[in-house]
Amino acid sequence: MSSRTLPLLFINLGGEMLYILDQRLRAQNIPADKAKKVMNDIITTMFNKKFLEELFKPQELYSKKALRTVFDRLAHASIMRLNQASMDKLYDLMTMAFKYQVLLCPRPKDILLVSFNHMDAIKDFVKDTPSILSQVDETYRQLIEMYTPLSSGEFQLIRQTLLIFFQDMHIRVSIFLKDKVQNSNGRFVLPTSGSVPHGTQVPGLIRIFSCTGEELTRQQFNNGGNYNAALREGSFEIFGDRVTKLGTNMYSVSRPVETHMSGTSKNSAQHTKVSAAPNPLAKEELNLLARLMGGLEVEKPGNTDSVSLHVIPDELSYGVINIQATKDQQANAELAKIMGEFTESGDQSPGASSKGDDLLAMMDGL
Amino acid sequence: MYHKEKSIQIKNSASALYNNLGVLRIAPRRLTYFTVVHANVVNMISASWDGLNYSHRQLQSKEPNVATSTSLIMQAAFCALPSRDLLVVTSQKGIQMYESDGSIMVYWHALDTPETPTEQAVFARGISAVWENYICVGVSSGAILVFDVPSKGSNITLSEVLEEHKESITDMASECSGSQECIANLVTADDEGNLCVWKSGEEFQLLNKIPGFDMSCSSVKLWKGTVVAGYGTGQIRLYEAVTGILHAEVNAHARWIYSLDIAPFSGLLLSAAEDSLVRVWHLTMTPETNSVEVAHLHNECVTDTQICGAKFCDGDGYAFAVTGYDLSEIIRYVQS
Repeated sequence: MSSRTLPLLFINLGGEMLYILDQRLRAQNIPADKAKKVMNDIITTMFNKKFLEELFKPQELYSKKALRTVFDRLAHASIMRLNQASMDKLYDLMTMAFKYQVLLCPRPKDILLVSFNHMDAIKDFVKDTPSILSQVDETYRQLIEMYTPLSSGEFQLIRQTLLIFFQDMHIRVSIFLKDKVQNSNGRFVLPTSGSVPHGTQVPGLIRIFSCTGEELTRQQFNNGGNYNAALREGSFEIFGDRVTKLGTNMYSVSRPVETHMSGTSKNSAQHTKVSAAPNPLAKEELNLLARLMGGLEVEKPGNTDSVSLHVIPDELSYGVINIQATKDQQANAELAKIMGEFTESGDQSPGASSKGDDLLAMMDGL
Repeated sequence: MYHKEKSIQIKNSASALYNNLGVLRIAPRRLTYFTVVHANVVNMISASWDGLNYSHRQLQSKEPNVATSTSLIMQAAFCALPSRDLLVVTSQKGIQMYESDGSIMVYWHALDTPETPTEQAVFARGISAVWENYICVGVSSGAILVFDVPSKGSNITLSEVLEEHKESITDMASECSGSQECIANLVTADDEGNLCVWKSGEEFQLLNKIPGFDMSCSSVKLWKGTVVAGYGTGQIRLYEAVTGILHAEVNAHARWIYSLDIAPFSGLLLSAAEDSLVRVWHLTMTPETNSVEVAHLHNECVTDTQICGAKFCDGDGYAFAVTGYDLSEIIRYVQS
């Protein structure tokens, strides 16, 4: 559908990944210099100029498996090592977090504010490293240039494209379950209360006009919810108050311990809490991105320096249905299909088969 | 006023697309057909009125004679013409028309899709049968394709392309598919909220343009010469079609409206939005005073669901059906 969806998907998922990695690095007491190196290396790779150039080109969204490959490579673009189970868990958390943010965005355009929240946090991670900082700033400019002129309808199309990507994903995430923003069946809580989106009026008013435009009557009706007026609009500039908490770091140290509260009052508190919930079909371009990601130069010292990270299921999420086996089968089927399409059809670009091999080799290497 | 009835289970969940529910009532066979779009598939369910028999079918979006071609479907809707009923499916690649039971594809129209993707997405969206033998389909460029449909067979032809909208078409609606004489019988809506009012014929005539306020109109209906439009701000507005006079403005929903429907015999209006609510209203037109009344009758909350389709199952509004994003069922409500 929308050919402008991939940059937002990548940046937001990347942002969530960094929040989780940052939390794990702290939780596992990884020495500060090593932790910083891991974060810097990943962020440098994420915002590599050539990679971003490719990312921002108009294109269809990648399939889930294809995008997963890009993130597998990104996660390994540093001295950090993740085993398969940890990578799976990391990816589940990232995708459910962004699904939550997309669903809960009051207006489709707010997805851009969520993206800026992620960008703001990434900028903070690298604020001491000017070279990476300038890459991040350049990305802000590209986001502003590409997205701020879009209409509400175009943003809704982007949102609908993202929702098709996230369709039927109901993985339960412990931090969401604890906060009561997700039900035990894996579906997110959508409150019928709180502030209406910017530009929307609180439902309840019917106005009738005469042929000359004068208001004749006004009546109220029961809106069945508990809404209040919209908050001020967030900033779409490089610096500014984004207003929404969606896309901010829900794993940050300062996050207060949540006590169990009743459903409705919890929902109205969502907007003021510091913490916020974390959380189809390309061919050649997809592989190009994955290849670009893998080919980027990052200093990799010997094994003794590598950082082994575990994304422990019990701590960050539980109750995950064993989807691992199915996922692998699907990955293989899709890869095989891509391989098949490269060898069968004649109009693929010359390097197509080597890209397919490359992709397969990457998956084997994980 | 309404109570929930047994839901119909569907093979996949509904995608978040405007007007994502098609309903066709087949009285002689005591059946109702439903269509729900999931990514590149249309789920078709045939439900018997006694609630005992359900049959399912899935239609894929693909060009005929092409083995693998996946494109996402934007909308599936039934077009009821005097001589026949057709099911129209619009996607990123083109427009497919099937016999109403989905058994045979009778027509395929390919859209001009560029070799490499462009910034502006390409797709077809917005479907309406128009008196007497036309089917109109909107395109992302703003163009409206008018197809001439014979009473039988597959000799459907593209009769005209209407180029008035500059933004992607979102929805369209018609009335007067009967003996009633109407001045205007088609309204089309776009992503900027602009509405165009037309009279059908060998050459369609543009009767009026009602400007939007840069806010997408995602669902539109036409009834008794009145345009009923639902917007991304959650507002519903009623305009007199031919003059553009604003009759009423309702702050109806807290989120983007995804679907509107009207039961023509009773004047009931159904609205559904991302805010999980379906609302039932009553419209009264008084031609003598050229005025309109809107009364709110009922709310249904589909907990934790962003609704993407809502339609009455009959012309009186005795029953209605609802679909929601990620929901694998069609929820039904019946008047108590």
